[in-house]
Amino acid sequence: MLMTKEAVRPLLEVSGLSVSFTQYTGGLRQKTIQAIVDLSVSVRPGEMLAIVGGSGSGKSLLAHAILGILPGNACVDGRMIYAGEHLTPVRQATLRGREIALIPQSVNFLDPLMRVGAQVRSSSLNGNGAAVQREIFSRYHLAAGTEQLFPFQLSGGMARRVLVATAAAGNARLIIADEPTPGLHSAIVRETLAHLRELSTAGRAVMLITHDITAALETADRIAVFYAGSTVETAPVSDFCGEGELLRHPYSKALWRALPQNGFRPLSGSQPSVDDLPQGCLFAPRCPFASPDCAAVQPELRPLRGGETRCHHAA
Amino acid sequence: MPLEAINVSFRYKSGPWILRDLNLSILPGEIVGLTGPSGCGKTTLARLLAAFERPEAGRITLDGQPLPASGYCPVQLISQHPEQAVNPRWQMLDTLREGYIPDESLLLALGINNEWLKRWPNELSAGELQRFCVARALGPGTRYLLADEMTTMLDAVTQAQIWQAVLRVAAERRLGMLVTSHDEKLIQRICHRMIDLANAS
Repeated sequence: MLMTKEAVRPLLEVSGLSVSFTQYTGGLRQKTIQAIVDLSVSVRPGEMLAIVGGSGSGKSLLAHAILGILPGNACVDGRMIYAGEHLTPVRQATLRGREIALIPQSVNFLDPLMRVGAQVRSSSLNGNGAAVQREIFSRYHLAAGTEQLFPFQLSGGMARRVLVATAAAGNARLIIADEPTPGLHSAIVRETLAHLRELSTAGRAVMLITHDITAALETADRIAVFYAGSTVETAPVSDFCGEGELLRHPYSKALWRALPQNGFRPLSGSQPSVDDLPQGCLFAPRCPFASPDCAAVQPELRPLRGGETRCHHAA
Repeated sequence: MPLEAINVSFRYKSGPWILRDLNLSILPGEIVGLTGPSGCGKTTLARLLAAFERPEAGRITLDGQPLPASGYCPVQLISQHPEQAVNPRWQMLDTLREGYIPDESLLLALGINNEWLKRWPNELSAGELQRFCVARALGPGTRYLLADEMTTMLDAVTQAQIWQAVLRVAAERRLGMLVTSHDEKLIQRICHRMIDLANAS
């Protein structure tokens, strides 16, 4: 690439996204559950952004919100800009599956009654689908006979390759991979991530959603850390090093230090539940540096040392 | 006093053999890591050791005796999928007290929030459910704990929190443990020795 990554305009920019769900609690009484509080992320062409955070931090909901496939009782607010224009529900419907592709979590997302070769061909929208599919299968080391198989005949590793191939076969400019490597052997994890990396090197924007921070660090350019439905930090991968002193938010530091190879140090307590969020900083109840103003006022996401953080005390 | 698998062979119905003539011994207080590629029988071995399956040939013994056929099993299995290991029609308090009544300090160490006790399983995340499954398995009758990808679905902070609590109890009570994980760093961190199942049977 001639331009540096910073000079390229983001392909997708999400800012201040919130998602809430209306639920019936009995009879005609309703309550609103705030699942995503305030998420902001952006990803550029040629870049791989990893999104890490615990379960319930809003990672998968973000993917669904971008694709416009949230259930009917969801209420979405905030700003999503794709290729310079607002991402409206009408635009989402035309873009998803074409310009924006999703690599789902599990082989269960493949059609069980359709041969995998045909499924991959169906996502290639122009030209010779069969040729594209065969070229991708050979690149991903899937034997020629694989295209005739049904999903249940694939091993875990082959299923991963087919799922990635489905996204690679189309011309999607933005690829969202939602937990593409859950509980897989490390060799398969590395291979899947290498394929994703290849796609971003070829100029596509890749968003990798994962709870596996080690895997994210090995492949991504930048990492966004989510906590309880808000972005608490975005940082270049190189900041995750040493004792985590380059990181900006206490939760990112805690994540880094909790890794088995980095001290295995836990935090007490648990992530606040979506129907009982604290008034101020969402991390304050577990934060070793919390002060009275942390409990009172939710901090804003602000730029800091080449990244962003949502903390009153970060410097 | 070990938990032993002696010449164990196993297959599901008349399918291919998953384990053949496997021998394994875990001592009290010992933490053993179990690795191997997907589909090599790690979960099956854990289910055999906890008496969820019966070996087609060979024996599973504790102190040289077969595992008790009824009552609280001294070998407790914590599965990778907590949502499949709890009764969906029980509130969490009932699930927690299925085998014994855990004390407050354990619940605190595992980060179990008191408000979750009145919830139904579908109202909690996998990470929250797993904390209950861990607490439930640490009853006074437990002597061996089998952790089958116990924290695979969890973020690093929650993983460290649950493991530190479990390791503390295991050390205090000299529990033997078998730990299955794809995370090599985790196995290196907590295990005394390691078995590669691909080469073991």
